[in-house]
Amino acid sequence: MRSRISDVLCVVAAILVALPLYWMVLSALKPAGEIQSADPRPWTFAPTLDSFRRVLDVQGFGQYFLNSALVAVLVVGGSILLSFLSAVALTRFRFRGRTVLLVMLLVAQMVPVEALTIPLFFMVRSVGDVAPAFGLNELGPLVLVNLAFSLPFAIWMLRGFVAAVPADLEEAAALDGASRFQFTWRVLFPLVAPGLVATSVLSFIHSWNDFLFARTLIYSSTENRTLPQALLVFYKPDEQDWGAIMAGSTLMTIPVLIFFVLVQRHLVSGLAGAVKG
Amino acid sequence: MTVPRQRTRRDGRAAVLYLAPAAVLLVGLMAYPLFQLAQISLYDYNQPQASGAEPLRFLAFANYAELLTDPQFWSVLLATVLFAAVCVVGSLLVGGALAVLATRARPIPRMLLFLAALGAWATPAMAGSYVWLFLFDQDLGLVNEVLAGLGFTGLEGHSWTFDRFSAFGLVAAEIIWCSFPFVMVTMYAGIKAIPSEVVEAAQLDGASWRRIATGVILPILKPLIVIATIQSIIWDFKIFTQIYVMTGGGGVAGRNLVLNVYAYQKAFAGEEYGMGAAIGVVMTVLLLLITVIYLRVQRKSGWQP
Repeated sequence: MRSRISDVLCVVAAILVALPLYWMVLSALKPAGEIQSADPRPWTFAPTLDSFRRVLDVQGFGQYFLNSALVAVLVVGGSILLSFLSAVALTRFRFRGRTVLLVMLLVAQMVPVEALTIPLFFMVRSVGDVAPAFGLNELGPLVLVNLAFSLPFAIWMLRGFVAAVPADLEEAAALDGASRFQFTWRVLFPLVAPGLVATSVLSFIHSWNDFLFARTLIYSSTENRTLPQALLVFYKPDEQDWGAIMAGSTLMTIPVLIFFVLVQRHLVSGLAGAVKG
Repeated sequence: MTVPRQRTRRDGRAAVLYLAPAAVLLVGLMAYPLFQLAQISLYDYNQPQASGAEPLRFLAFANYAELLTDPQFWSVLLATVLFAAVCVVGSLLVGGALAVLATRARPIPRMLLFLAALGAWATPAMAGSYVWLFLFDQDLGLVNEVLAGLGFTGLEGHSWTFDRFSAFGLVAAEIIWCSFPFVMVTMYAGIKAIPSEVVEAAQLDGASWRRIATGVILPILKPLIVIATIQSIIWDFKIFTQIYVMTGGGGVAGRNLVLNVYAYQKAFAGEEYGMGAAIGVVMTVLLLLITVIYLRVQRKSGWQP
């Protein structure tokens, strides 16, 4: 059923879908004069890194980039560990209340966590009196909040990978004298590595993209801002520095894009597993 | 399957250990705050109360009564539902159509489409919002330039974010752009998983393409479509970043608000935390209703947790 028309339509669709991304990178590389021109061209003969320089030097974007990366790395590390432990317990152990926990996990994915900004704001404020590192304007609570909110889906997705490891393997390991602990970490953990990769990408994106909690919990500190908020600062109601905004957007998109391309295969199988339930 | 009682008990103890860290986080940062959200919604909780200058005043359901008689709330609720509906239908149609197209194209065009979709999928909401704003910028945007070049000279200097409907439309376009890839990838995998014998048998019986699509392929894909639909409903109902960024916090005079942004603005801009919490509770209840439907559908399609 292949036809030339389908090929052409496919390429046209690809171009249209890629156009915003192309425009973002192109505008980030255009010299200021071309950006300000009311006659935008889909190419540039004078690519320059001026916009990137402006972003990194003047606006302290580098610091925000590091903050975002730090939060994301901690969230990913925590999410790998916690979602693996939970997925093992939920798929390989038989105990009462397992089904209830699974349904609760599904419900947890639906909770509009955005509404929780209000109680969490006050909670973090009072925690800050006791433990300053986990108070307002600090990165600590941001790590915990993003970790907690990315867990339900991560556990849900990893469950499929853990369940796919045959039970015979556990029996064989037990016959060879391996304890359950040894089996879990020496056999199961490496075997579900593709699932852990997929899970960590989604947790990374969750934390990297988070704008609402970063804005609410880090409301006045400038040095502890993360990327999404830093971008918001560039956007002014009247005179837009589109070159800088596009350069900042490009810098923010690149890490995610790299992650996605590296793991796309695992991601698709992982999502398919999560959707099947 | 019967499991020895001893095994269940030993498993239970290990499970508690394994689940404890995740459970502590989820109870502490999701369940307990949800309870607090409900609690705050019952109080007169404004800036003086938040700073501790004045004592809390218990209102029972007065916040809800005020909310339900406020015409703005109903208008925001309606806008949220319609906006989510447009985004869901748009993502499903675009994603489904491109998945079908991808199965009919040769490998290289297909790979190009998947790469582009992957890029759109990976773009952070914040970056995506700005790129779309720039593309549709009044004076410097590509879209107005192209439209003017095509003869729509009236659109020169046209603002897409000023009018209520075109602002919602622009945000919806951005959301469909970054959420159709999920639908496309799952649908493509679903279509590919259909055994070719099934389609060939229908072809041998002389069925037309249209007939095969509606009579054979669609019924097989139905469970997948239902799940993708409900996932999209849940995502699009909770949109925050795109609306907040692209309409500048909810549009001129708040006419581009959706429930999430409305709750946020009431609480953090208007300093009416009790009212913001009440909106949050309404939202939670609505999403729980969708969840119940989701679980029903899952069970009907034979899902076993």
